Amino acid sequence: MTTQLQGKRILIAKPGLDGHDVGAKVIALALRDAGAEVIYTGLRKTPDYIARVAAEENVDAVGLSILSGSHLELVKLTAEALKREHADDVALFVGGTIPRADWDALKDSGVDCVFDSEMSLAEVVNEVARRLA
Amino acid sequence: MSQSKSEAQAGSAARRTTPSGIEVPAVATPAMRRAPDDSAPGEYPFTRGIFEDGYRGRLWTFRQYSGFGSAEESNERYRFLLERGQTGLSVALDLPTQCGYDPIDPMARSEVGKVGVSISNLSDMETLFRDIDLSKVSTSFTINGTAAMIFAMYLAAADKAGVPRAKLTGTIQNDILKEYVARGTWIFPVRPALRLVADSIVYANQEAPRFNPISIAGAHVRDAGSSAVEEMGFTLANGLAYVDELLSRGADLERFAQSLSFFFYVHMNFFEEVAKFRAARRLWARLMKERYGARTERAQQFRFGVVCGGSSLTAAQPYNNVVRVAVETMAATLGGAQSVFTCAYDEAFQLPTEQSAELALRTQQVIAYESGIADSVDPLGGSHYVEYLTDEMEVAIEGVIREIADYGGVVKAIEDGYLQRRIARSAHERKSRIDSGESVVVGVNRFKNDKEDKQVGEVFASSASTSAEVMRKYEKIRDERDAAAAERALATLDKAARDHSENLMPYLVDCCHAYVTVGEMVERLKQQWGEFVEPVKL
Repeated sequence: MTTQLQGKRILIAKPGLDGHDVGAKVIALALRDAGAEVIYTGLRKTPDYIARVAAEENVDAVGLSILSGSHLELVKLTAEALKREHADDVALFVGGTIPRADWDALKDSGVDCVFDSEMSLAEVVNEVARRLA
Repeated sequence: MSQSKSEAQAGSAARRTTPSGIEVPAVATPAMRRAPDDSAPGEYPFTRGIFEDGYRGRLWTFRQYSGFGSAEESNERYRFLLERGQTGLSVALDLPTQCGYDPIDPMARSEVGKVGVSISNLSDMETLFRDIDLSKVSTSFTINGTAAMIFAMYLAAADKAGVPRAKLTGTIQNDILKEYVARGTWIFPVRPALRLVADSIVYANQEAPRFNPISIAGAHVRDAGSSAVEEMGFTLANGLAYVDELLSRGADLERFAQSLSFFFYVHMNFFEEVAKFRAARRLWARLMKERYGARTERAQQFRFGVVCGGSSLTAAQPYNNVVRVAVETMAATLGGAQSVFTCAYDEAFQLPTEQSAELALRTQQVIAYESGIADSVDPLGGSHYVEYLTDEMEVAIEGVIREIADYGGVVKAIEDGYLQRRIARSAHERKSRIDSGESVVVGVNRFKNDKEDKQVGEVFASSASTSAEVMRKYEKIRDERDAAAAERALATLDKAARDHSENLMPYLVDCCHAYVTVGEMVERLKQQWGEFVEPVKL
């Protein structure tokens, strides 16, 4: 148990139809263990819904989990929706099955950090804490 | 003398457990057995397998999970694999098809043809099997939320091709309970979803008696992070829930129990995995005989397919996955699997290429034909360690089943989110063990390469125009079909759904013949039944 993320609010979201939510839940638990207040959307949420919740809940970061290969489209749509909600100051993270070749394109869409499934939970938490510091 | 020597060895080493937490003795001895089981292969409780002659009579079925893009693209891959000696097909469907959305639905945006093939109506199904004889090839569909609709469509395609339904062999996964727990392609609330599953089982038993109408799938429970014991415990508990549902509507136990099949992951702890299959086979036979009074051997037998553990594969040093797949295939076949899907080494991060899919198939063929594994029945039977682990796994699995029953049953445990939270916690523990180095994963937390090693030779790329092509064909079918006939079929389905004594399958088959789409059938049923409300609790 650390307090690295004490006082931070983070939304973990599953956009699209991909139903594999274990990664999202494991990360959510790790962020919570590090002191953050974590909200998890549940499955199959649209980018508009995710952005609305992010704005309403006044979160510091949004983490998207995507394994279906639709990350390029879904991340772009989510970043645009966050802009519309005037919530584009929140940090945007994405994790899941994301080929290295797509990382630059994701960053161009507004992603602050991409996590792969082989990173340790501590690495993820540290990186989130660094970005939110 | 030898006993005290082994005790000394056990005491000299630190305590070790399997990943499920079963104590591992430094040396196993016959004294560690709980209840000696001298049953022969093919004999109740089938610990040593359901066939007297094991794989001598018939090898396991070689399958490869595949399908992507359009029906045309997948048809081409199937014919490629069949030409190379694959003996059964395994159809992967895209997420819109799995979740009941047509390709043009806004919810389907960006997911059409990814992770599987898009099948929205009978025309797609016919294209998928073009030049493939449905009476000769056994086909497995990984489909759950819309399993009844896809099964209906397969029957309609066979009808149109003139293949008698009685000749069809294969499986639909059709295990909706585990979707709520682990994989998330649920659509309807639990109770009407259970009705659809029971309808399709009863209908298949009557209409297509050689077709397996359900494959109760622990694979996804495991993939979501559970232990081997939880995988088996949750899955057998789900199996019992289906049995109870079928009995509650008066279905014939001896008949439907013969058509239940199971599907599991196989992971890297070799002996625990072998023991897991042997234990579950024995436990299921006991449950069917002692709890339900099943009399025939077929109704007591536990038949299962296995897929190599996708979550055991690594994107780091991907060629290591070739070795993992070989070890896992050996564990699956030494456990007595009826079919095996091998993963391609690049599957941790992309759809397999033709080359990687072929190597995965060859891995099974090498093990089947060169290693001698298939020559003697249950060759690990009688191994002190394997028999000890089998006993211990059985007790632990039974404990999980009891825990769920004590909670109030599977349906309540799902509706409350209890099982979901349990799996998330196991997944978190598993990840933490890898992070800490307690569980070794070569290339990830041991023997890492410093230089970037995630690239493999060729990267599979589905045609970028797939999605547009799928939508164009979808619109075409909608324009060309007899709209009045489609509406009539939907209205009849609607009426039947209001009557709980009706079996919905014949109405779904009629809809498919009228080129009604998956999304249309689902939408109509949603209007009556509503959708599952996910209990979102961490």
